[in-house]
Amino acid sequence: MAVLKMQRITICALKKNRKAILEKLQSLGVLEVNHILDEDEDFRKMDTAERKTGFEKAAAAVDQALDILEQYAPEKKSMFSALEGKKLISADEGMKVQDERRDLLRIARQIYDLDREHAEQQAAAGRLTNSIESLTPWLGLDVPLKTTETERSVFFPGVMPGGTTAGRIYEILEEKAPDTAGADVHIVSQDQSTVYLGVVCLKEDAGAVEEALRSEGFARPAQVWDETPEAEKADLEAEAAYMRKQAAETEEKIRALAKRREELQIVADYYRVRADKYEVLGELPQSERAFVISGYIPAAVADKVAEKLMSKYDCMVDVEELKEDEEPPVILKNNPFSANMEGVVESYGLPVKGEIDPTTIMSFFYVFFFGMMLSDAAYGVIVAVVCGILVWKFPRMSAGMRKSLKLFFWCGLSTIVWGVLFGGYFGNIVDIVTEKFTGTKITPPALWFIPLNEPMKLLLYSLLFGVIHLFTGLAIKGYLCIKDRKYMDFFCDVVLWFMLLIGLILMLLPSELFASIAQMEIVLPGWLNTLAKGLAVIGAAGIVLMSGRGNKNPALRLALGAYDLYNITGWLSDVLSYSRLLALGLATGVIASVINQMGSMLPNNVIGIIFFILIFIVGHSMNLAINLLGAYVHTNRLQFVEFFGKFYEGGGRPFHPFRENTKYAEIKEETLS
Amino acid sequence: MSELGIVYGLLGAAVAVLLSGTGSAIGVGIAGQAASGVVTEDPSKFAKVLIIQLLPGTQGLYGLLIGFITLSKIGVLGGGLADLSVQTGLLILAACLPIGVVGLLSAIAQGKTAAAAIGIVAKKPDQFGKAMLFPAMVETYAILALLISFLAVSGIQV
Repeated sequence: MAVLKMQRITICALKKNRKAILEKLQSLGVLEVNHILDEDEDFRKMDTAERKTGFEKAAAAVDQALDILEQYAPEKKSMFSALEGKKLISADEGMKVQDERRDLLRIARQIYDLDREHAEQQAAAGRLTNSIESLTPWLGLDVPLKTTETERSVFFPGVMPGGTTAGRIYEILEEKAPDTAGADVHIVSQDQSTVYLGVVCLKEDAGAVEEALRSEGFARPAQVWDETPEAEKADLEAEAAYMRKQAAETEEKIRALAKRREELQIVADYYRVRADKYEVLGELPQSERAFVISGYIPAAVADKVAEKLMSKYDCMVDVEELKEDEEPPVILKNNPFSANMEGVVESYGLPVKGEIDPTTIMSFFYVFFFGMMLSDAAYGVIVAVVCGILVWKFPRMSAGMRKSLKLFFWCGLSTIVWGVLFGGYFGNIVDIVTEKFTGTKITPPALWFIPLNEPMKLLLYSLLFGVIHLFTGLAIKGYLCIKDRKYMDFFCDVVLWFMLLIGLILMLLPSELFASIAQMEIVLPGWLNTLAKGLAVIGAAGIVLMSGRGNKNPALRLALGAYDLYNITGWLSDVLSYSRLLALGLATGVIASVINQMGSMLPNNVIGIIFFILIFIVGHSMNLAINLLGAYVHTNRLQFVEFFGKFYEGGGRPFHPFRENTKYAEIKEETLS
Repeated sequence: MSELGIVYGLLGAAVAVLLSGTGSAIGVGIAGQAASGVVTEDPSKFAKVLIIQLLPGTQGLYGLLIGFITLSKIGVLGGGLADLSVQTGLLILAACLPIGVVGLLSAIAQGKTAAAAIGIVAKKPDQFGKAMLFPAMVETYAILALLISFLAVSGIQV
């Protein structure tokens, strides 16, 4: 339960070892670079932006090639590929790929070019198909569209609005070009909007005829071809087929390159790592012969790293404590069980300086509440077994994923316990099945009690657990006050509230109101009643007097105090919020019973049983999924809002070490030992 | 007139399921529209936005829970209708109102909050934990209503 202590490590070494030391640090991945030195005459920063961009571009180019490969030859992935994590490759493999990096970069470029070629070929095939389409109406014409003239006559093709008949055209000609010797109009084809026609007339009439027709919507075709439409179509089709074949060949070429995928992935990672390294290199102050690197390192490994570096290279390593005003990055360190809940704390916010890591205390409440909300032994078994198997089968999954699955594994175990306590096994499946098939109903006994029969009892217990949870939060606040030597705060904000709240609870217990809810009467000895009243009065008075202690104006101080006392309603709503423990538990159980009930209404024969099983599987999977979600969300809420609200703010900065940040594969790391 | 008792009782079950179910359908629908928008841009966020989309769906389940308990209470399930007086029937109807009305309105409000939370996931996927919390805050009131409806229905003697 702690935030890992950080130290500052500063390494000063000769430039000839720069590459080796940086690579070593990067592969260890324990240092967050953070420089406190400014540039001066001797120490200057190197401009690496250009080279860094070069590496980034190379990585992006290879990534793009990999994306293209994925389109043409998708990598076969199993359902669980997300859990498999990055591939692990040996250092030798990594070296081999490094040596071939120029070659691989060339292949990446080739893939990119081939993809462009493929797109062009497909576009060309598409254009040809379009041409064939626009040619189709002219197929009935047995001369080329381009034909213009013979010795005396002239030919021109064209289109007119749909519905124009040959007779109408002759009318137009007679009307608008009466001086001409006439023309021969040949309608090639027509569709709804257009009539395709060829016109032959005497050379000297051509202008007048076309003019006349144009006034009625005649237009020359947009595209003309040298050969007859028939022959042209055959040519175009052949060409389109050729283009398609070319495109298929290009596609095949790209697919053939898919066997280099793994190497490409490794080389993409290699360029990424190099880019990171050059980014760090750009921040280092360097003199003519030496360089300095400085940053945060977990205290636990600082000495080992220092020793290792000094034994291997000519360098000076200095490990020192942090200054008072520094805000170091945060790593959480917890026991193996609680460490699984670090992700939950992280999603709220890491502790800032001076706060404690709440993970360990929270982890027990987390698992406890989660189980109570799901509260079905069979569901618990499913969750625990599935998570257990996944964690065991996929050892290389990412650390965050592993933690989440382990978290659910523990929550599953807790759910089993609560299920047994409350007698929930797939809701009431045992009752239903035994009644349906044997005639006598057998109810598995609940180790504690059945919530559906005694909801008030469980409600009271839920609120009790809530009070314990909240008091724990307040106690941690008290601990923090004492640790920081703020004894006044400890007394006013913690002790007084404890007095008031405990007093009020003790006053509530023997009251009629409580008796009617709990259906039992609690009689406290007289001195305790007096003590309760005393505690409550002193607590309330103290809060009114002391809460506004930062204020000099006595009236304002009292007003602030009274306002703080109003927080008692906040406590009430916080405690009532824990009623969700009961409500969500009931929801799981009752909806499971609804599913069972639906199944049991079916007739008692083979088909009925098959459908019963189907309903059982589908219904319970859905119920499990939605209640798992509910339990997760509401457990988080109880921790974040009710519990953390008492003592924790968060807002710390996560630790981002300088390390090999890869996307596809990991090279076997050196360890410190 | 005592035959009307059972009608009121059944009406109670209907109100619980009807209103809260409608609310959840609207809420999940609102959130679903936002979720679809995110997935068109970035399909890898599917799982996260789906989880947030589901959050306003619980009110419908709570309504179902109360409806089911009411049905088994008045004997509609498993035959043998209970002999309810008009007063008892109306009591059951009243007991079903909280989860019906609060379920309807809170699910719609939660749907809008979920849509906004999906916006958080779209821009900052690492803030998923916080994004999930905002819709969960709305749900508290549906849970409180469920609790009162449940305690009331199970407290009424038939």
